[in-house]
Amino acid sequence: MSEGSGTSDQGPGTRNSPVTGEQTSLAPGLGPPAPLLSVSHLTTGFEQSGRFVPAVIDVSFRIAAGETLSLVGESGSGKSLTALSIMRLVPPPGRIAAGAIRYRGRSLRELSEREMQRVRGAEIALIFQEPMTALNPVFTIGNQIEETLLIHGRATRRTARQKAIDLLEAVSIPEPARRVRDYPHQLSGGLRQRALIAMSLACDPSLVIADEPTTALDVTIQAQILDLLRDLKERLGLALLLITHDLGVVAEMADRVAVMYAGRIVEEAAVRDLFRDPKHPYTQGLMASMPGGEPGKRLRAIQGTVPPLGQLPPGCSFTPRCPQRFEPCPTAHPGDTSLAGDRRVKCYLYGPAVEPIDVAEAAPQAPLRYEGQTS
Amino acid sequence: MTRGPTPGQTVPLLEVRDLVKEFTRRQGLFQKPSIVRAVDRVTFSITEGETFGLVGESGSGKTTTGRCILRLIEPSSGDIRFRGEDVLGFSRARMRQARRDMQIVFQDPFSSLNPRMRVGNIVEEPLIIHKTGSKAQRRARVAELFDLVGLDPSQLARYPHQFSGGQRQRIGLARALALNPSLIVADEPVSALDVSVQAQVINLLMELQQRLKLTYLFIAHDLRLVRHICSRVAVMYLGRIVEMGPTEAIFAAPAHPYTRALLSAIPMPDPDAPRQRLVLDPTSFVREAELQEVGKGGHVAAVGTHG
Repeated sequence: MSEGSGTSDQGPGTRNSPVTGEQTSLAPGLGPPAPLLSVSHLTTGFEQSGRFVPAVIDVSFRIAAGETLSLVGESGSGKSLTALSIMRLVPPPGRIAAGAIRYRGRSLRELSEREMQRVRGAEIALIFQEPMTALNPVFTIGNQIEETLLIHGRATRRTARQKAIDLLEAVSIPEPARRVRDYPHQLSGGLRQRALIAMSLACDPSLVIADEPTTALDVTIQAQILDLLRDLKERLGLALLLITHDLGVVAEMADRVAVMYAGRIVEEAAVRDLFRDPKHPYTQGLMASMPGGEPGKRLRAIQGTVPPLGQLPPGCSFTPRCPQRFEPCPTAHPGDTSLAGDRRVKCYLYGPAVEPIDVAEAAPQAPLRYEGQTS
Repeated sequence: MTRGPTPGQTVPLLEVRDLVKEFTRRQGLFQKPSIVRAVDRVTFSITEGETFGLVGESGSGKTTTGRCILRLIEPSSGDIRFRGEDVLGFSRARMRQARRDMQIVFQDPFSSLNPRMRVGNIVEEPLIIHKTGSKAQRRARVAELFDLVGLDPSQLARYPHQFSGGQRQRIGLARALALNPSLIVADEPVSALDVSVQAQVINLLMELQQRLKLTYLFIAHDLRLVRHICSRVAVMYLGRIVEMGPTEAIFAAPAHPYTRALLSAIPMPDPDAPRQRLVLDPTSFVREAELQEVGKGGHVAAVGTHG
């Protein structure tokens, strides 16, 4: 798995070092092991009638080689936009307003568009929710995989077809030599998603970003695709950024979980810790609202709805829906509080941490004043 | 063939027998069109006040079954009885009358509401169609319905786009309830909603059932949800019911290979849950097998080897 061809020298100490991926200056306060991908203080949003409306706010996380991080959240939480920001595919009028995105120590935001294209697919691959829209309907899946291989110089015209067949076989598509000549519409949803995964693996990426990869699929097909992803991850040592709204999928796949609400990561923890002992009231609410427990009993729904973009309430965005809100909550958004067991949470119940700089919201900063803490 | 279970002595609210719906599929200009059986001899009955779940994956025929019952799609053959009356024998006018009593709630709260109509009018429309009450009475009824589904009656003059997905589903529900139906066919009513909002709507559905003595035919693919709210379930696979019975019995001891595979595929929200995935082997069962008793309470499955 070699990295590009190293034509760039963005910043010191970032030259090709695929194994160590060493880097020194990262966001302060994050753990020590050199990550494959680190996102720090990312803020992305949209220009709306002359006003910047943030949809991803001060998001920081890292993914180590071979690790699966799951970004969970409901619609509008900013999880997909975070993925698009990493790939630098934010559609205008959206833009990345602040933050650093480093892949193997290279700052992706500073790469030229050409260099970025080399990263996309060859280093970081993206799998979308709806394989029908991600595949081109007028080309066979073989053509599309071959094109990817040729563009990235991973095959010659002569070897491309065989490589494409091998890739289809790697994702367990039956009769790959025949299927390679199929058009996307000739495949079932599950096979299409497999073909898309094959395509994303064409150039040996180290990181795969999968945005709701199974949401459009039936449960039994979803199970097969999740098994496939887990298997490929182990075989190829892939790191996976798995974006989903389904806590069941998270529990099955993730090593670590970051829960997003209204643009922010409000809690991050190892998967077991998160499920055993969710800290943020939103995470607690999400878990409680899932059907389960005694049949026929009222579900413990979270009251209210996610605030629309650009209309976040003052202070902590979850305040209006939070059953545990208290005095400091509506004053300023809490920052990260580190907790034992390498986890963090943005909630005043666990500490007085205030968000360091409010990059995103031009709202006047209310000085934080509150007496004591209840819990 | 085996009959669906006939629970107790009471006449079921809805009885569906040997329902078949065939679609003709054209495969090309010069090829013979082929016939696809989307619903294949489906038989079940629903007792008043219960929530009956119809589960299956896409293409299983569950949605088509629901629509055939309301004759939104005309079935090819079979027998549907509502309160003992032969629904397929109804004239158009009689069918329109009958639909007061059987309503449908659709999956997608974004496309099922007319974007050009104010939500108050959307809810009032069925009352106008069925010439119910004076204008003032209708207005009062709409406000009452808004209240019933947890919406603020002061928002009657707004348009659908001004509401969130969950609120829109409440509007759809208010409209469905306008004529005091006894049966509601709920076709994936919450699958387009976020988890936290899903729970609100599910709670509302359960609450309304109690208050208004509603009977639900709940069509869904989310088995966790079905387990939570349905008293009985029928599992559909390729147009046929392969297993049917009390929800808990089926979840505890699934008899059909497809049901087993389906249940083992549900991702459990517990990282330590034992994960043993069963992949369906289509040769492990006979597709044409008849339903036969496999457990208590009318638990039947198509596990026979004959046929």
